[in-house]
Amino acid sequence: MAFEDQRTTVYKVDPTHPESETLPTLRTEELLLNMGPQHPSTHGVLKVILELEGERLVKSTPVMGFLHRGVEKLAEEGTYHQFIPHTDRLDYVCAMYNNFAYCRAVEKLMNITVPERAEYLRTIVAEVQRIIGHQFWLGTQALDIGAMTVFFYCFRDREILLDWFDELCGARLTTSWYRIGGVERDFTPSLLAKLKQFLDYFPPKIDEYVVFLEKNRIWLARTKGVAVVSAEDAVSFGLSGPTLRGSGVDYDLRKAEPYSAYPKCEFSVPLGKNGDTYDRYWIRVMELYESVKIIKQCLEQMQDGPIMADVPSVTLPPKQRVFTNLESMIQQFKLFSQGFNAPPGEIYCGTEAHKGELGFYIVSTGGGKPYRLKIRAPSFIHMGAFDHMSRGYMIADAITLFGTYDIVMGECDR
Amino acid sequence: MSLQQLANRIQENFADGFLQAVEWRGDLAVTVRRDKLHEVAQFLRDDPAMDFDYIVHVSSVDWPDDEERFEVVYEFYSIKKRHRIRLKTRVPESECVVDSLTDLWKGADFMEREVYDMMGIRFRHHPDLRRILMPDDYTEGYPLRKDFPLRGRGWRDTFEFLDETAR
Repeated sequence: MAFEDQRTTVYKVDPTHPESETLPTLRTEELLLNMGPQHPSTHGVLKVILELEGERLVKSTPVMGFLHRGVEKLAEEGTYHQFIPHTDRLDYVCAMYNNFAYCRAVEKLMNITVPERAEYLRTIVAEVQRIIGHQFWLGTQALDIGAMTVFFYCFRDREILLDWFDELCGARLTTSWYRIGGVERDFTPSLLAKLKQFLDYFPPKIDEYVVFLEKNRIWLARTKGVAVVSAEDAVSFGLSGPTLRGSGVDYDLRKAEPYSAYPKCEFSVPLGKNGDTYDRYWIRVMELYESVKIIKQCLEQMQDGPIMADVPSVTLPPKQRVFTNLESMIQQFKLFSQGFNAPPGEIYCGTEAHKGELGFYIVSTGGGKPYRLKIRAPSFIHMGAFDHMSRGYMIADAITLFGTYDIVMGECDR
Repeated sequence: MSLQQLANRIQENFADGFLQAVEWRGDLAVTVRRDKLHEVAQFLRDDPAMDFDYIVHVSSVDWPDDEERFEVVYEFYSIKKRHRIRLKTRVPESECVVDSLTDLWKGADFMEREVYDMMGIRFRHHPDLRRILMPDDYTEGYPLRKDFPLRGRGWRDTFEFLDETAR
């Protein structure tokens, strides 16, 4: 049988054998394999075309865009306030942080200073969201590798926080709690009590997750030395968040360009050494402890005060007043129907979400709608390094590679 | 180094390519001629005082009424020096090509592909310039251009409205 395929290579079984000519030959062939788009471990709808030599990855080509909804185009058609719910749907696992990043960008554009209490509230909720994000990552990554128990333990504790979100803003995932210039509503005494209770409950539970994994030989074999990226390459690829810090690069926007209440809190940024999946896992676990520390400090320092900046031309009136006061109702109506008048100009504002640097680049030409809004999504940029990081690993490691970025396709495809 | 000093240093080194530097809300945006883009970018990366080792994003803006219609926007950050810069260049519609920066920052690969996909700006010497978010066989145009309708083009527009309400 003649194989015309160019990828086909014919090897002699033993070319050094004196009778090599008469020995049978071995035909090997590079195999193209589609992984996805409907694979459960691709964390959404992602297809990767794997070129395999045996079970080794020679090259991988991510094919993206299955979840592309044209969010950047939609942003140009609505007012600044109307875009907040769209940001929920970017990274649907961690909606709060998307709201936060977007509101910060618009505040930079409008030059609004957020009141101090609102900054503390924002920081606390953002860190709660970071805990949820890392729990979700740890659970699903362990599940992808085969450790099912960790998944249940993580999701049990995540459920407590999602219920807390439910009480805070009425939604578990698509939260839209942040507003331009502040937040939608303050904590109730019940929410505060529940959060404090959680902070006491949670740190021992982190130790529990770690116990499952730190001596698990399968976990160690599949994370240590897998998906290694050097610090130089990580920076060149524009990786961010734990994926970058796993390679030992000290870049955390909370420290590099302090915002919100972070400069008033003491916390450390854990760094990895080897740049492999295990170091990233360790960073994320350490960040869980750091998040608890930040929330505790914020709760201690937080004073009473307004939760919304007093800029009536931009910020929304309190909901209570909208129902009882004519002027507030007009203000709310005008802000949502026409928007506020943004000055012409352009800004970029990056925020350290739990996946990495989530940035918004907004071009304004005046008027109530952004002229152009570009989302710097960490998942998308991390996928750019996929081919580089996957080469030479086994096919099963492709699964853990999606996990190592903490990829969410809603954000990647926008 | 302050943002003003950064802008001055670029102007000194690229007197002919430098067009404009704007500082607004703490962001520095430098516009250069498109044939100098790659040179300036290389300078930003390699000059010890600049040291922009990190690529933040690549973006594009469509200004349909301008002579040079498209604006390509690069944003860089220096992890060591902790400063940011936005590098911009304009391209006309008739010749919307700029030099790719993939040889300087590896991350530019996917980011430039997205710009090509969404705005139709081509990047010279890009290793793999294909659509990335839209399908490869998408022929309806470039979605983020201002003359592209929000509802899209193509077969959706050919549907007739069927009145299915009860009579």
